[in-house]
Amino acid sequence: MVAFIVRRLFGAVGLLLIISAVTFAIFFLVPRAAGVTTDDIAGRFAGKQPDAATLAAIKDRFGLDDPVPVQYGKFIKAIVVGDTYDTGTEKIDCPAPCLGYSFRTNQSVTDQLVDRAPVTFMITAGAAVLWLVAGVSIGILSALRRGTIFDRAAMGVALAGVSLPIFFTGLLSLAFIVHRWEILPAVNYSGPSDNPFNLLLPWICLAFLYAAMYARLTRAGMLETMNEDFIRTARAKGLPEKTVVLKHGLRASLTPIMTVFGLDVGLVLGGAIITEKTFSIPGLGQLALDGVNQSDLPVVLGATMTAALFIVLANLVVDILYGVIDPRVRHN
Amino acid sequence: MARKRQAELVNDTGETAAGRGAPTAFLEVRDLKIHFPTDDGLVKSVDGLSFKLERGSTLGIVGESGSGKSVTSLGILGLHNRGNANVSGEIWLDGTELVGASQNEVRRLRGRKMSMIFQDPLSSMHPFYTVGKQIIEAYRVHNDVSKQVARKHAIDMLGRVGIPKPDQRVDDYPHQFSGGMRQRAMIAMALSCDPELLIADEPTTALDVTVQAQILDLIRDLQQEFNSAIIMITHDLGVVAELSDDILVMYAGRCAEYASVEDAFHRPLHPYTWGLLGSMPRLDRERSERLMPIKGTPPSLINVPEGCAFNPRCAYCDLTGGKSTTERPELLEVEPGHKAACHLSLEKRREIWDSEIRPKL
Amino acid sequence: MSTEKTAADTPVETAEQGPGAASGTAPSLAKEARPARDGEPLLEVDNLGKHFPVTAGLLRRQVAAVKAVDGVSFSVRKGETLGLVGESGCGKSTTGRMIMRLLDPSFGKITFEGEDITKMSQGRLRPLRRDLQMIFQDPYSSLNPRKTVGAIVGAPFRLQNIEAKQGVKKAVQEILELVGLNPEHYNRYPHEFSGGQRQRIGIARTLALKPKLIVADEPVSALDVSVQAQVVNLLEDLQDELDLTYVVIAHDLSVVRHISDRVAVMYLGKIVELADRADLYERPMHPYTNALLSAVPIPDPSERGDRQRIRLQGDVPSPLDPPPACRFHTRCWKAQDICKQVEPPLVELSPGHQAACHFPENTTVSATDEVARAAVAPAAGAAPAEESAPEA
Repeated sequence: MVAFIVRRLFGAVGLLLIISAVTFAIFFLVPRAAGVTTDDIAGRFAGKQPDAATLAAIKDRFGLDDPVPVQYGKFIKAIVVGDTYDTGTEKIDCPAPCLGYSFRTNQSVTDQLVDRAPVTFMITAGAAVLWLVAGVSIGILSALRRGTIFDRAAMGVALAGVSLPIFFTGLLSLAFIVHRWEILPAVNYSGPSDNPFNLLLPWICLAFLYAAMYARLTRAGMLETMNEDFIRTARAKGLPEKTVVLKHGLRASLTPIMTVFGLDVGLVLGGAIITEKTFSIPGLGQLALDGVNQSDLPVVLGATMTAALFIVLANLVVDILYGVIDPRVRHN
Repeated sequence: MARKRQAELVNDTGETAAGRGAPTAFLEVRDLKIHFPTDDGLVKSVDGLSFKLERGSTLGIVGESGSGKSVTSLGILGLHNRGNANVSGEIWLDGTELVGASQNEVRRLRGRKMSMIFQDPLSSMHPFYTVGKQIIEAYRVHNDVSKQVARKHAIDMLGRVGIPKPDQRVDDYPHQFSGGMRQRAMIAMALSCDPELLIADEPTTALDVTVQAQILDLIRDLQQEFNSAIIMITHDLGVVAELSDDILVMYAGRCAEYASVEDAFHRPLHPYTWGLLGSMPRLDRERSERLMPIKGTPPSLINVPEGCAFNPRCAYCDLTGGKSTTERPELLEVEPGHKAACHLSLEKRREIWDSEIRPKL
Repeated sequence: MSTEKTAADTPVETAEQGPGAASGTAPSLAKEARPARDGEPLLEVDNLGKHFPVTAGLLRRQVAAVKAVDGVSFSVRKGETLGLVGESGCGKSTTGRMIMRLLDPSFGKITFEGEDITKMSQGRLRPLRRDLQMIFQDPYSSLNPRKTVGAIVGAPFRLQNIEAKQGVKKAVQEILELVGLNPEHYNRYPHEFSGGQRQRIGIARTLALKPKLIVADEPVSALDVSVQAQVVNLLEDLQDELDLTYVVIAHDLSVVRHISDRVAVMYLGKIVELADRADLYERPMHPYTNALLSAVPIPDPSERGDRQRIRLQGDVPSPLDPPPACRFHTRCWKAQDICKQVEPPLVELSPGHQAACHFPENTTVSATDEVARAAVAPAAGAAPAEESAPEA
């Protein structure tokens, strides 16, 4: 088991390296292929009408004229050991993990990410609990009542949930629930100091999208599991149906649900872009979106790396949980 | 070894069909029908089955796939989903009628009064729980005892079915057991509440032959010890011959022949039983040049042939003057304790068996 | 590398002398015992083995090997049926797959019609595939559900680019008729057939190109008893009609006895006994064979209790870590110290009857005696072929 985890950790680091290289290549090579010069990039950082000396200084500071592999090497080195930028007038210390400075705001990307992460984390946590509980319970009930009106209605709603985008459900619920009927307060959340229940509406909207998928997934898994021989054995022992379903059936159908859950949580943690945009919540998704809009490469790169890190971590956790849930994985 | 013959036949078929009157045996199944409505039509998996079984004796139910033998056993335990199976008839277990009983009532009997061993012990045990936990669960659902007491009982049961170091193996998972040990654990679980009726559905089919021998010995010994009634469901005539007192041969959801084990093997009176015996290569006989298979394949349970269900495959169907294609043969008691459902006259059948079948076996 | 060395160290080396001695000393006896099927060997397997590596730890280093097959030698004569019998995990299916070259052997040699096919590339094997065919156990999963019977049975013609004289369709229909299916089934799909009929389709497919050798892996074990007999009879009829040679792999001793001319009993990757059918079933020499036979339930209630029963304790040990020396010693009631120290070689103890046991039954000679004799004879300078066996 320990060897398994260590091997997985190495794999995760390798995966992150590959992702960073690819992202780096995309963000630094593609603009160049499209004709953007390093002067343009430096110009964005410098603001209006920079003179040649300023541009040169900026290019030198960020190493923009270095070969791409060298730049990538510096980028990785900064993440691992930190970096110190010499602007000529002052030395800026950027401790590890250093993701560089925003071209636009001149803020440390790491600081920005750390600033935004709790917001996205809150959105994710609340929504994930909601969608897991709702999705799995509806899925179980649907499977047990297969073919009934409940099943068909639930699966119909689930289909709607999967197909309706969040900017639709989000805007609709904002318009009616918040503004017309005033059932819930306006969504106003910008950090851990705010009341987390201000996020109720985004939670529900995000959970609606995912719960639908989980309901379908759980239903399919339960239908398959409830036909297994060991379920027949559990019944033959005279166990009450509730025990048969929850203790024997659900436990065995958990694996695929957990896999998808890990991926989804990782994905949303990396930035629920549409949700954040719809409800104007300043999370990681907003940060990334702004970065893209303003061609702020360090920010985009940082956000991408963070998202990748979350997904890789979530997968690692899922892999370890496999061993906890399924002893056959543990013993092999 | 003198063997008790306690499994008795239902004396009067008329009475059975009517299904009235108090049961006289420990287990009495009367005119059991289990039908499954499907999009393709009504699947008559079991279509009018009656038999009796006493404590301490063993009934072997033999048949090919789709004959209804497993469906019958699940029916007795009440394991069919009432939503998609139509069960009718009567099942009397020690004075309690099960078909009409509430689901909860039947559930309380399952695992305590009657329990079951399945074919594949690997897929029949939950892969995520230890063997001990699964036995403890089976014991505690019917007995109000602490976990510690139940655990001691589980270890005790594992020891009794011949698992070495039961106090250590109790914490192992099913996949850590070998096939034979797993089936022993399954038996320990089935016997944990000291059931009076044990149904074994192909208990050794998935096992190697040397392990099969061990398990059959174990079942035999445990029966002596617990004096339970056993229903042994199998396609293997060898297994039945070793273990059963009586044999019920099923074909297309009905009983083709019911006899004591001696009669069934030495004086069978149904062409299907002859066919089964002729199909088997046997180690205890001179090697025959050719096997004598039954032609064709088992029928679909949606379209069971008119008349005698076996008639399209029967080599002697023509001798009944067309009766077997139009009229369903009654299950008649032709000798004391020996029933068969065949239109051929008893004399004719005896003659065919003696002159044509037996010499070739 | 190291695996080959161990294999060479093990007594397979000596076992090789078994068949050699057989042809040298007692060909006439063997002929008497067997019907006409006594052609030249079609298939020869020499010290064949398959080890599957087991990896563990951080770097997935190989820490052990599952010795699925660990040096088996036998030959199959033209027109005969060799039965390979044993319990699960004994390596019988792995052996079959290696013969078919569906698995690459770890060591050893397979000779088919005098040609070494052990290391032959798949490309060069292709023409040979016509002669070597396999029947699988599961008639449900081994047929492509989306193809018609005609396409399935006709596929070999297309794959091998063979022009049937009267056209592929006609040829396929003839084969269907041969295996007892209706030629009109040509355009039907596998799901429309019962298990027995599907197995017939599977057999028809192997027959399309008139193979010389068919390896049948548990050909009837998934079938109902009555249907099983039909397929067994069919296999026998086809053998007579088409002059086929079979290697039948099965766990059912009764089926193997019915269908085979010679039978090899395997235990934990080794052949423990190899003999003519009648010899093996009537005078089994290896205790394991004895135990296997005694474990088969007999469909005759009057023999209940009368039979002498040998009950093996426990289960087959793991092929990952098989017992040293004689692999059966952990479960053998005759085992003594020598069985734990010296591996008994597979040698011919009576004409055509090989067994690997220090204390064989139904014979006066033991494997150890035989080895001692073989070792003494060349040392004494006697001609190896015509040694006059010093009867003990």
